Amino acid sequence: MSDLGPLIPRNRAVHPAPYAEDYKTSVTRSPNLPLLSMESTPSEETGPVFGAELIGELDNNLILNWSKGLAPAVGERILVHGRVLDENCRPVPNALIEIWQANAGGRYRHVKDTYFAPLDPNFGGCGRTLTDESGYYEFLTIRPGAYPWPNRANDWRPMHIHFSIYGQSFGQRLVTQMYFEGDPLIAHCPIAATVRDRSHLDRLVAPLDLSKSRPLDFLAYKFDIVLRGRRQTMFENKLEGM
Amino acid sequence: MVQKLTTLAETPSQTAGPYVHIGLMPTYAGNAGSFPQEIGASPVTGKVNGQMIDIVGSVFDGTGWVLRDALIESWQCDGGGRFPGEEGADPNVSGHCRFAVDEATGEFRLTTVKPGSYVGRGGVRSAPHISLWIVARGINTGLNTRIYFEDEDNSGDPLLSRIEQRTRVETLIAKKVADGKYRFDIRLQGDHETVFLDL
Ligand SMILES: [Fe+3]
Repeated sequence: MSDLGPLIPRNRAVHPAPYAEDYKTSVTRSPNLPLLSMESTPSEETGPVFGAELIGELDNNLILNWSKGLAPAVGERILVHGRVLDENCRPVPNALIEIWQANAGGRYRHVKDTYFAPLDPNFGGCGRTLTDESGYYEFLTIRPGAYPWPNRANDWRPMHIHFSIYGQSFGQRLVTQMYFEGDPLIAHCPIAATVRDRSHLDRLVAPLDLSKSRPLDFLAYKFDIVLRGRRQTMFENKLEGM
Repeated sequence: MVQKLTTLAETPSQTAGPYVHIGLMPTYAGNAGSFPQEIGASPVTGKVNGQMIDIVGSVFDGTGWVLRDALIESWQCDGGGRFPGEEGADPNVSGHCRFAVDEATGEFRLTTVKPGSYVGRGGVRSAPHISLWIVARGINTGLNTRIYFEDEDNSGDPLLSRIEQRTRVETLIAKKVADGKYRFDIRLQGDHETVFLDL
């Protein structure tokens, strides 16, 4: 295989602090000791390839996929769209994006979610798609509700959609959450606050995008994602240059 | 003033939360049928070249309590040290698996082919290992680690060699409990904290 170069080391300052006092579960689940750093190896530079044959026709349509197209889910209809790029501004084609979310009332279809907002019989809450040649993706869904969670006595999650992204290598693996422009709960959320720098948290907040909204049908929100890139120079692979 | 860099910053991570299984393992979440075919159901898709093994373990928090909600992904090469897509790679090894700890016992099981060793950049040979990525509620950025094997020659491995405190090397080595059966526990914090990676 041709050597595309090592992955650009993660800038950990962009990412949440592992230990966040106000997000109580992190207190006992955050490593205390430093991570072991070194240049990436084939284990991180390769990764699974997902073929289009895996993806069903309705997989990126959460309004219809749970009912197999029979009845639409309840809620504010939205299009979530954007591009997946790497740190070198190159589009990442064929990236697998998987999302999951609560329904319009703030309830997940999960055996462990017991919030008393009702389940929507026509909403499952998960979807997936592959990016196209230019790294572009789209989901049609409903806007998830905010929900309370056991942390401090009165904590509520802002409206959010969970994103899992698989680029072209295992070392690019990323899970994150998309928030919605204008949601006042973002400023109160201890999970959002784990991102140390407000300018980086802002990059998780999707703006309303009227240019993609379809009149009398759905509003659109734009969420672009950046994955780790690869470093390649004219001096690559020269052991004597190390 | 200096010239402007044209690189972008990586998107910040956020915890996968307690309901990650809805999105990544719908059947486990009680939502069988969400997708026609689930991703990462098994790292092997047929008869493979090499030894099939079972790795069992748990994930512990800093108090020694076992996690009931962790989700793990693995990635590895085939029995001959080739990654899927590489020339000559075993066509029945996808190399990728998703598995969750059992919500009652907190134990996971990975059934896979034992990976071979491979030669990486600069001609350095890595000992056989499986890469892991662990997410759960309370883990703000997915944690990377590796499983090595007690019954392999790990002496020249470039990653294990970099661990300064030699006693910590043990945290990355699966213990052989029977022929083809290994135990690998992950400790997020505290005594014997697992070595987590930043590669
Ligand atoms: Fe959530």
